[in-house]
Amino acid sequence: MSGGCTDTPVLKQRGQREVFCGLTGIIWLHRKMQDAFFLVVGSRTCAHLLQSAAGVMIFAEPRFGTAILEEKDLAGMADANAELDREVARLLERRPDIRQLFLVGSCPSEVIKLDLARAAQRLSAAHGPAVRVLNYSGSGIETTFTEGEDACLAAMVPALQETQAQELLLVGALPDVVEDQALDLLAQIGIAPVRCLPAKRAALDAAIGPNTRFALTQPFLGETHAALIRRGAQHISAPFPFGAEGTTLWLKDVAAAFGIGPEKVDQVVAAPRARAEKAIAAAAQTLRGKSIFFMPDSQLEIPLARFLTRECGMRALEVGTPYLHADLHGPELDLLAAGPVISEGQDVDLQLDRVRAARPDLTVCGLGLANPLEAEGLSTKWAIELVFTPIHFYEQAGDLAALFARPLRRRALLRGQHPNMLEAAE
Amino acid sequence: MKLAVWTYEGPPHVGAMRVVTGMRDLHMVLHAPQGDTYADLLFTMIERRNHRPPVSYTTFQARDLGADTAGMFMQSARDAHARFQPQALLVAASCTAELIQDDPGGLAETMGLPVPVIALDLPSYQRKENFGCDEAFLQICRTLARPMARTERVTCNIFGPTALGFRHRDDLAEITGLLSEMGIEVNVAAPMGASPADITRLGAAHFNVLLYPETAESAARWCEKELGQPFTKTIPIGVNATRAFIDEVRALSGSTLPVDDQRLRQPWWAASVDSTYLTGKRVFLFGDGTHVMAAAKVARDEMGFEVCGMGCYNREQARPLRALARDFGLEALITDDYLDVERAIEEAAPEMILGTQMERHIGKRLGIPCAVISAPVHVQDFPARYSPQMGFEGANVLFDTWVHPLVMGLEEHLLTMFREDFEFHDAAGPSHHGGKAHPLPLDQTAAHAAAAEAGSMPAPDALPQAAVPSLDNIVWLGCAERELKKIPFFVRGKARRNTEKFAVEKGLNEISVDTLYEAKAHYAR
Repeated sequence: MSGGCTDTPVLKQRGQREVFCGLTGIIWLHRKMQDAFFLVVGSRTCAHLLQSAAGVMIFAEPRFGTAILEEKDLAGMADANAELDREVARLLERRPDIRQLFLVGSCPSEVIKLDLARAAQRLSAAHGPAVRVLNYSGSGIETTFTEGEDACLAAMVPALQETQAQELLLVGALPDVVEDQALDLLAQIGIAPVRCLPAKRAALDAAIGPNTRFALTQPFLGETHAALIRRGAQHISAPFPFGAEGTTLWLKDVAAAFGIGPEKVDQVVAAPRARAEKAIAAAAQTLRGKSIFFMPDSQLEIPLARFLTRECGMRALEVGTPYLHADLHGPELDLLAAGPVISEGQDVDLQLDRVRAARPDLTVCGLGLANPLEAEGLSTKWAIELVFTPIHFYEQAGDLAALFARPLRRRALLRGQHPNMLEAAE
Repeated sequence: MKLAVWTYEGPPHVGAMRVVTGMRDLHMVLHAPQGDTYADLLFTMIERRNHRPPVSYTTFQARDLGADTAGMFMQSARDAHARFQPQALLVAASCTAELIQDDPGGLAETMGLPVPVIALDLPSYQRKENFGCDEAFLQICRTLARPMARTERVTCNIFGPTALGFRHRDDLAEITGLLSEMGIEVNVAAPMGASPADITRLGAAHFNVLLYPETAESAARWCEKELGQPFTKTIPIGVNATRAFIDEVRALSGSTLPVDDQRLRQPWWAASVDSTYLTGKRVFLFGDGTHVMAAAKVARDEMGFEVCGMGCYNREQARPLRALARDFGLEALITDDYLDVERAIEEAAPEMILGTQMERHIGKRLGIPCAVISAPVHVQDFPARYSPQMGFEGANVLFDTWVHPLVMGLEEHLLTMFREDFEFHDAAGPSHHGGKAHPLPLDQTAAHAAAAEAGSMPAPDALPQAAVPSLDNIVWLGCAERELKKIPFFVRGKARRNTEKFAVEKGLNEISVDTLYEAKAHYAR
């Protein structure tokens, strides 16, 4: 079934987009990079988003904060650059453990054209080499949700050292446990050394060059992909490592780039792959034959629809994504069987009309929409959980399927109890 | 520019959203960049609302900035009206839209929509969430309410409850019930539950009950001036305040009906012998001004606590709070900087914090129990059960909620008696909270015991010679430090502080076991 959804026309609508901005990525990035601090230069709204999106506020002092712009910064009564320098100096004095500081642009800082790139240069000169200061935009006018991580990693690429070494670079912030599993599998296949972007600490940063081959572990890293290619690195195009099939295909494509045949991969992955298939099969009992509708959120939608339809027997009705990056999603669209509507962007009211008309068994959506849909009797899966939970590679494939099965199992357990759905037994 | 780690209040447009979301048949069009829709989840997740907030966002992006963002706004307003058919439309800008100066109010006016359009001016870089609530509700009243004939029977309006408020749902129910017992019908409760049509009927009430000055004081003042309605000033939180509120309502309404206080258990619960252990517990209060001022009086006069610090994050309430703090012999802390609050609490070393979700973090970090008395709120602050803060049932709730985080009376004694028991040691925390107690390593308890037994002090010449004793340079001798560790965790902070203060007063450079116990005797009550 060559082609899959590749030639499916993409539905594009423009209206209200019910999505997070790129600042949200700070919630997981600041835990991944242990010596980094993320300083948003923005408004009270930015600060409020960060603490609300974290859902449960983090009890440890977070390694992020917001330099809140005030009236006098806007009216030109205070030199915003001088104010920023002062706040950064205070912050670094209080947190001497910080080695990387990200100045993160926001909607207001961009609208008033505060030049954070120059500020980063100036502050690097002032606080370097102990502290490296970089900047990127996490604003809603420039980035949608996971594009914040993309912008952050893309900003790190020009600062990486140059090397001629033949190395594999894994790109995308993975939970530590998942990263360790991936490195272990790659080592067994015979690929070494392997570097990660982002690294846990600045001192562990990869070096790159024309002999670097890189593989993306997340489907939303379009800018980082472009920045790495500009540095001469070579991209290994592959489906993403979700599910037993996706992980195997990803490993085989990576292995092939290093001249290692698929037999070697099959031999190494036989046991974990069998475990993953067994775990997926358990969750698939709940998922098989059920319909699913993806609202656009994280750009994980197309790879996950591929996993859920091919490995769990679900039926995709619509797969919405904030952006469809043809280069990165091509291998995924090839695998996804034709049938579902593929949509890019959003008019949330029109899309909700389609959800209500289709009445899917499961709707993947943002936190703002989940309870309202549940109240209408439609089961939902919070999309944000997919970026906060280990879901990549073999050992998490069963957990990934279970994330989608749980709302359906819960609905079945509470049958007859839902206040707006006192449904008769089927 | 000011660095914020956590914020106590959101931006003003979130305040306006709390008003709109609390109301019915009203819609807001918010000119805002992509991403500002995060605010929906506050209502759908934290408060578990089963509908999207009635807010349409323009969600413009960078590519729109050079084009026609004003046109986007007008399209959104037209679509929102056509789809949701509200009785009135609120229009506003979020912080970024404020910068591009499209003037949503002016644009909406030119559109000829067939419903009243209420334009809000929300200065995002000066004001905060509570202002947004207060201002949105004021503008709704100004646009829609007019003087009219009073109802025949004595009625009142209730002002203040909004979406995402701390226990607003249950306070409204409790006070509505209390007024009903007094023979006073509620004409309109707003914003929560009211439609724009209801707002047009505000003028029929004889007076207004203001529950939360933070969200509705401006509207209450406007109604007083324009509709001739006096409003209540007492916030009925606690037994005494509830009784004072009843008196105030009687004076405004002429009601003489008795109020049944059979359900009020708080005074006996506080008087009963089991509560003796609450005597003089040092509490630190922080939150919005209204809740802190009410809670401070309850803490001192109805629970027998000692208030050792108080403050609020909303400057609008700074003046009355400062005055009340002076009555308590304290200086009020007025700040919205979480780190300042943390520092003040660490300094005061209270035995309990009555605060917000933020102070729960602080309490957790410092090992101090905390009960929540004020917004900002978290999903846990929207309990399924009826749990008001106001009225007689509210007083019962306060007793339970404030006592729950503390170590219970007899347990406190046992911890003092057997403080080195390897299972039942103080680091395990209150036993009714289900945290896992980690047994102390045996060698540690043995070492403690040995040190205590020997009571040895290092030779004097081994110690640094300090200059004038002060809280900064005072030295705890090893044996005193170990003795201090044997004092249960919930009073250790106080013991350390008192001992150091005592030592400085006595001009001592170092603290020995004797100093510790002399200080204890000195401060004994």
